[in-house]
Amino acid sequence: MTTDQALTEYLLRLADTDMVLAQRFCEWCGNAPALEEEIAMMNVGLDLIGQARNWYDYVAELRDDGHDADFLAFRRNEREYRNLLIAEQPRGDYAVTTAKQFFFDVWHHLVLTRLTESSDERIAGIAAKGLKEATYHRRRSTEWMLRLGQGTEESHRRLTDAVQNLWRFTYELTDTDEIEDQLAEAGIGAGNVGDVWRAEVARVFAEAGLELPEPARHFYMDGKNGKHTEHLGFLLAEMQYLPRAYPDATW
Amino acid sequence: MQPGDLIYRERKAYQGVPLGEDDLPRAWECLTEVMDPEVPVVSVVDLGMIRAVEWEGDRLKVKVSPTYSGCPATEVIERDVQEALEDTGFKNPRIERVLAPAWTTDWITDKGRAALQAYGIAPPPKGQGRDTLHDPGPAECPHCGSTDTVQVSEFGSTACKALYKCRDCLEPFDYFKCL
Repeated sequence: MTTDQALTEYLLRLADTDMVLAQRFCEWCGNAPALEEEIAMMNVGLDLIGQARNWYDYVAELRDDGHDADFLAFRRNEREYRNLLIAEQPRGDYAVTTAKQFFFDVWHHLVLTRLTESSDERIAGIAAKGLKEATYHRRRSTEWMLRLGQGTEESHRRLTDAVQNLWRFTYELTDTDEIEDQLAEAGIGAGNVGDVWRAEVARVFAEAGLELPEPARHFYMDGKNGKHTEHLGFLLAEMQYLPRAYPDATW
Repeated sequence: MQPGDLIYRERKAYQGVPLGEDDLPRAWECLTEVMDPEVPVVSVVDLGMIRAVEWEGDRLKVKVSPTYSGCPATEVIERDVQEALEDTGFKNPRIERVLAPAWTTDWITDKGRAALQAYGIAPPPKGQGRDTLHDPGPAECPHCGSTDTVQVSEFGSTACKALYKCRDCLEPFDYFKCL
């Protein structure tokens, strides 16, 4: 694979993961357990959509095939999406949303930190901007992990269930494939952040009184290459309905 | 101006000769009247969003730095900047969005900070964009000046604000996050 092809694949993984996760967040609009939490989640979702747009804009420029960021978000099918599997999992209860976000935030923060050093200036710039926001996100979800983990018997039980349910998908956060390795060697991509991710998650788990599972193993699904769980199709159907049904709609 | 008030800038087509290279100060001047639609007492210049105003061939080029990646006002601000320049007499100006270096609250001018305060939004501490992101210090109540305040939520009505409450005068207030 040429560096440019690898790069667009890599950028789509970042963009799609931001986009899909933000979409899941927006499902809490009007349903959050507290007003402040609803506002917080909509803020985080908005940041992620903004970051997704920055990556999509770059992909559109690299591909130079007349398609823009909106096309990439709203006109691609499930198999063309490159998001991490964890992002598309249903929002579940608040413990599931929290655990999901925490696993993602720790990874996201580490990846963006490394990308600020990318030899690709455009990537370094987008990452530096996003990193400021990701720092807030990570702080918030870490606090919630502690609160739910140390809270009541029920909050602890629910969080433990959420971790068990989601843990298998964390292999994508700690693993790299050829594309990621190729770009890391070229000084462009973030490479493997697995060791630091595990250490940080272990630290928070210990403080929250949670049991750390064995490292997750690779299995047959592969979001980075378009092999998704059944949940993504439903999410895209809702997200893409309007721009597909009314292709020239503006407001 | 009170929170919630809407701003509306009346457009007026420019009739004279198009402005040229010697008129750069007029470009800056007109931009000081383009307000952030969500904080309509602070101009885009005082927010530090205008990074450069320069000539590129026969067009004026303005570099604009968005505050947050997902700020929904970004497009509106870019359009307002474009229109303000056209109405002042700059023909076909080009707006360029720049992400690097990332915008920081350290770029907000003293005038901008004072305007935020008067509007009821606690301004971010100056020159601490890098540090306070990791450890937000106490915010000063914009109503009574007390520093005995408590954070209610790190996220507020817009991406750039957090929600605080004053323990002295008991008023809730917005705090412009230090970024």
